Amino acid sequence: MVNLVKERLEDIELTKAYSQQLIELAEHNPKIVDVEADVGNCIYGGDFCCRFPERYIDLGICEQSLSSVSAGMSAVGMIPFCHTFAVFASRRMCDQNYISCAYAKNNVKIVASAPGISSGENGGTHHANEDIALVRPITDITILEPADSVAMRWAVKNAAEHFGVYYIRAERLKSNRVYEDESGFALGKANIIRDGSDVTLIAEGSLMLNECLLAADYLAKNGVGARVVDIFTIKPIDVETIVRCAKETGAVVTAENHSITGGLGSAVAEVLCDSFCAVPMRRIGVPNRFGEVGQPDELKKVMHMTYLDIAEAAMTVIQGKNN
Amino acid sequence: MSNLKKLALDIRIETLEMLSKHGFGHVGGSLSIADAIAVLYGKQMKYDPKNPKWDGRDYLVLSKGHCGPALYSALAIEGFFPREELLTINQLGTRLPSHADKNLTPGIDMTTGSLGQGVSCALGMALGLQLQGKPNMVYAIIGDGEAQEGQVWETMMIAPNKKVKNFIVLLDNNEQQLDGFTDTISGLGDVRKKAEDFGWFALSVDGHDVEAIDAAIERCKASDQPGFIDLRTVKGKGWPAKEAALNNHACRGVAFDGVEDVLADMRKQFAAMND
Repeated sequence: MVNLVKERLEDIELTKAYSQQLIELAEHNPKIVDVEADVGNCIYGGDFCCRFPERYIDLGICEQSLSSVSAGMSAVGMIPFCHTFAVFASRRMCDQNYISCAYAKNNVKIVASAPGISSGENGGTHHANEDIALVRPITDITILEPADSVAMRWAVKNAAEHFGVYYIRAERLKSNRVYEDESGFALGKANIIRDGSDVTLIAEGSLMLNECLLAADYLAKNGVGARVVDIFTIKPIDVETIVRCAKETGAVVTAENHSITGGLGSAVAEVLCDSFCAVPMRRIGVPNRFGEVGQPDELKKVMHMTYLDIAEAAMTVIQGKNN
Repeated sequence: MSNLKKLALDIRIETLEMLSKHGFGHVGGSLSIADAIAVLYGKQMKYDPKNPKWDGRDYLVLSKGHCGPALYSALAIEGFFPREELLTINQLGTRLPSHADKNLTPGIDMTTGSLGQGVSCALGMALGLQLQGKPNMVYAIIGDGEAQEGQVWETMMIAPNKKVKNFIVLLDNNEQQLDGFTDTISGLGDVRKKAEDFGWFALSVDGHDVEAIDAAIERCKASDQPGFIDLRTVKGKGWPAKEAALNNHACRGVAFDGVEDVLADMRKQFAAMND
């Protein structure tokens, strides 16, 4: 069971939490290596490098090798955490993630930073709005998107302790704490963050969980009870919680920092479809368009991903179930 | 060295038998790399066929994964699995798929098939072993057509920069690829010189001369740089009609016409080696 914080104080960056946890694990496990492709300094890679210079392998700008070299290292017993921006970790490394890592059954932890609109000013070339869609169909890859630093620490620890390919999304934005330190997470287990009986808002990542909580506050003021779920594990996905919440509230809105095609919204729709659980549903996320430069707060508005968009979608699905 | 020549011939016989009986397979590149594989399994590599995962072994990554048949032949001959199993190649449920798969075949150290990735995985294995202070060698076999993949050149840059010493890449430079002659599509030029410029200890040898291949590997091992051996080879080597043919990358059906005569000649040569 997770324990929720009473007050949502400001959190450290998720990438900072990742770096701290990796160093902590590496202190006790000499097999852990940090493999980078020249963007390590964007996620505090220097901290790992200072502590374990021999286990900080910066290959240079070569994402294909980042994936395959990590696969090879794992084949001789190392536990590589390979990191790059989510755009490269998915679009550029797709075949390597598929063949060298997953198909070959190697033990690689892919850390994808700055997903979706969180890479803001780097613009459309750097917005990974399709990464989950590209990774999700690959057999035997676990996909996690921690919503705060506590969840991130658990994700990194779990990835280090279990054999297999992980894809961990790591937003580089400051957010707020969701979970108490000693929360008990589980793979494939979503967490209900706020209860409500009129509609379920299913969020992925810190950015959209925050918007969902704001939407729930907004809806509450209008007499609507919104349940908020942090999906946490996108693959394997928590079928039981999704179906139960859909049945209990009768309506679902998904909110993701990703294209509405192929990501969380699609995954939830698949679950409801396969479970004969027909409820009104809407997907909030990046619509079918490319990214552009801008601050994440600005882009949220441009892409119709704000709490108001979520609240409006919630009202639409509630109206749908009443019809 | 006569045992290496014999092993190379045995690899060619088994390769042609399995592929012709199945009716499809990558004949050309399997035959061109047979001598190098014979040197690796007949002399250079440490391994235990009864314990394929022995941690003291040397590793081979067949980055040109479609030439699995030549490697499977060597593994069967050396006792990793029964020779009769070679005839199951590419059949549903087999442990011997056309492209090498570490999760199916005893003795295969890395899954390959998407060109350019295997050599990169091999580099990771060498790096990982070096980090652990282990002396195991890692060998990778790439094709000259494969070297058109950009990922190969990432490895060419990284290995010397990271001072990887336990790593030898063997280039099966048979001058042909699926669509034609490598030089007319996108040639490698002086690849030994290119490798040397990147910081490898690089040699160019006759890829069908087992003594020369063996000596080149010894010299690479003695160097403190990663080793690169440009094997000058002939695609389809050992099957005269295929050596002269342009489209010998893969054979299907009638393309195996005449193979029985070639196999009869090879078996005669093999018997003579026993005398």
